[in-house]
Amino acid sequence: MTSFHERSPLRSTRAVLLALVVTAAVGLTACSHAMMLAGAGARRPAASEFGLGPRTSAQGRYIATLAPERPLRPRQMQTVRVTVTDDRGQAIDGATLTIDGGMPQHGHGLPTRPRVTRTLGDGAYDIDGVRFNMGGWWEFRVAIAGSAGADIVTFNLEL
Amino acid sequence: MCFHRLLITVTATLVSAIVATASSGLQGWSVADVAMLQSLSLRDLEPLPPDPGNRVADDARAAALGERLFFDTRLSANGRVACGTCHLADRDFQDGLPLGQGVGTTAKRTMPIAGMARAPFLFWDGRKDSQWAQALGPLESAVEHGGTRAQYARVVMEHYRAEYEAVFGALPDLAAVPAAAGPSGDTASVTAWNGLSVSQRRDVTRVFTNIGKAIAAYERRLDVGPSRFDGFVDALLTRRPTAGLLTSDEVAGLKLFIGKGHCTECHNGPLFTNYEFHNTGVPARTGLPVDGGRLAGAAAALQDEFSCRSEWSDAAGRCPELDYVITGDRAQQRAYKVPSLRNVAERPPYMHAGQLATLADVLDHYNRAPAAPLGHSELHPLRLETGELRQLERFLGTLTGPVRVSGAVGIRTPR
Ligand code: HEC
Ligand code: HEC
Ligand SMILES: [Cu+2]
Repeated sequence: MTSFHERSPLRSTRAVLLALVVTAAVGLTACSHAMMLAGAGARRPAASEFGLGPRTSAQGRYIATLAPERPLRPRQMQTVRVTVTDDRGQAIDGATLTIDGGMPQHGHGLPTRPRVTRTLGDGAYDIDGVRFNMGGWWEFRVAIAGSAGADIVTFNLEL
Repeated sequence: MCFHRLLITVTATLVSAIVATASSGLQGWSVADVAMLQSLSLRDLEPLPPDPGNRVADDARAAALGERLFFDTRLSANGRVACGTCHLADRDFQDGLPLGQGVGTTAKRTMPIAGMARAPFLFWDGRKDSQWAQALGPLESAVEHGGTRAQYARVVMEHYRAEYEAVFGALPDLAAVPAAAGPSGDTASVTAWNGLSVSQRRDVTRVFTNIGKAIAAYERRLDVGPSRFDGFVDALLTRRPTAGLLTSDEVAGLKLFIGKGHCTECHNGPLFTNYEFHNTGVPARTGLPVDGGRLAGAAAALQDEFSCRSEWSDAAGRCPELDYVITGDRAQQRAYKVPSLRNVAERPPYMHAGQLATLADVLDHYNRAPAAPLGHSELHPLRLETGELRQLERFLGTLTGPVRVSGAVGIRTPR
């Protein structure tokens, strides 16, 4: 979604000035949507659980970080780089990554089958074919089978 | 993109202060609502994505040729059917019928075309992965145009030689090609096709695919134009008064659409579609063959003679939509393409085979969320009141706008 703040001429109002100040303070430009919805869904994870990482896998074996090629937007085919380390920060190469995801509040999965298309060394892998078909809270899961065993990292993303 | 973990620096108090203040500044809409409204409005309409599979997609001469082909009834078995016979230029490029009427009767409802250059897959089941490949389907369908690719190549040779050659280069010598021949026509046509040499078949198919590419260059320029809804969002975003732009029922319907109705789970973005496929439990139309929807469509897209991966595509094998497409998933059973809701009030009947006659019927369907005839419906009953359903219907009426023709010279405006 394009930032409402970027395009709207509402800056003159007190409300939006205030919003802009806060937005600037947290270094974000497109947060209005997420702010309003925070806490709206019953099982929605805490705000601190959202983001591109670094994020630890369910059993603590790996730490993964996402880096989308472009800012993630709904309805666009995108490439996302994921960097994987073990729990001590050592790059994990040669792992098999399996991608999965969906919207827990809507019960649907990803509209495509993304997969790793390039392994770049230093624990970095490119995932191609990533698409989100609506805004809102998405889970993006990276199952990792590598030298430290099998484990899964779940990212919570706000589109 | 926004991540909640970054919000930890903001105290809850401050956030709620903003919510309260911002709401009052936005004529009763929360900041989240306004962001949603903007994402649905033409302000957020993406520029057309490139079409790497069609190297003439943005060639104005190709579009001008494509427009003429689109309305040319010589491209049919009986001389009476053109694309424009079912896709009527003054009716949002559809026909208002439950099933399309060409040489015969189709098994699906005619779909509008505007803005669909953005859709990765075409048709109700998405069995085509480009506009140019899509156009070749009806031409060889026995119930639509009913002719053969050899016939169409000869129409080009006889009536469009100069225009064709200006865009695609010299026409091959088609003098020895019979009047009717194609791999999927009647027995005589198939026999004639099998009698052609490999290079003759390739020549014919090359011209045939270029017909599709010219038509696609035209269709690509048909885009959605502003509606009253867009005017309302514009006013909201530019702090002009919104009073009188939408009625109170329409505004209430809009709130239901983005709220309790959950409509934006599928009808999102400026075209009110996520371009995906969902099973919404629409009853099958009696008398038609059993239809697998997207389950069959995804498999067909991969196997299509004219897919992005085929030798006829200009995409040089770069086909991300096919590379990452989901196939063989039971959730795709009777899933259909989410239609754009722009102009929806102007074009009953509704759904993939015209099963529902009115918008009131559609909203009643969503309210009840009946079980699907095959597969599983993703809908849950909305339990809205009659008045709320009427408000939703009123809102859908605000999405009416003209088809906008962009870019090319020499194309007449449809309205
Ligand atoms: C006999 C009526 C008829 C004719 C003639 C016809 N169409 Fe269609 N069109 C339909 C129907 C019915 C569908 C939906 C079919 C399906 O999904 O199986 C459709 C679907 C489409 C779509 C898909 C839109 C979307 O959103 O996926 C496009 C594009 C289209 N037609 C373009 C054309 C072009 C180009 C021609 C001429 C080469 C043409 N049509 C000829 C009836 C017709
Ligand atoms: C789960 C996804 C989903 C949700 C949620 C959804 N729709 Fe749809 N909508 C579809 C699909 C898919 C179709 C076409 C179904 C078919 O033809 O079988 C459709 C068709 C329609 C049509 C008919 C359009 C046409 O051209 O035939 C209208 C109107 C409509 N939806 C309005 C709504 C409204 C209003 C809501 C909210 C109350 C809503 N939809 C919620 C997916 C959805
Ligand atoms: Cu969803």
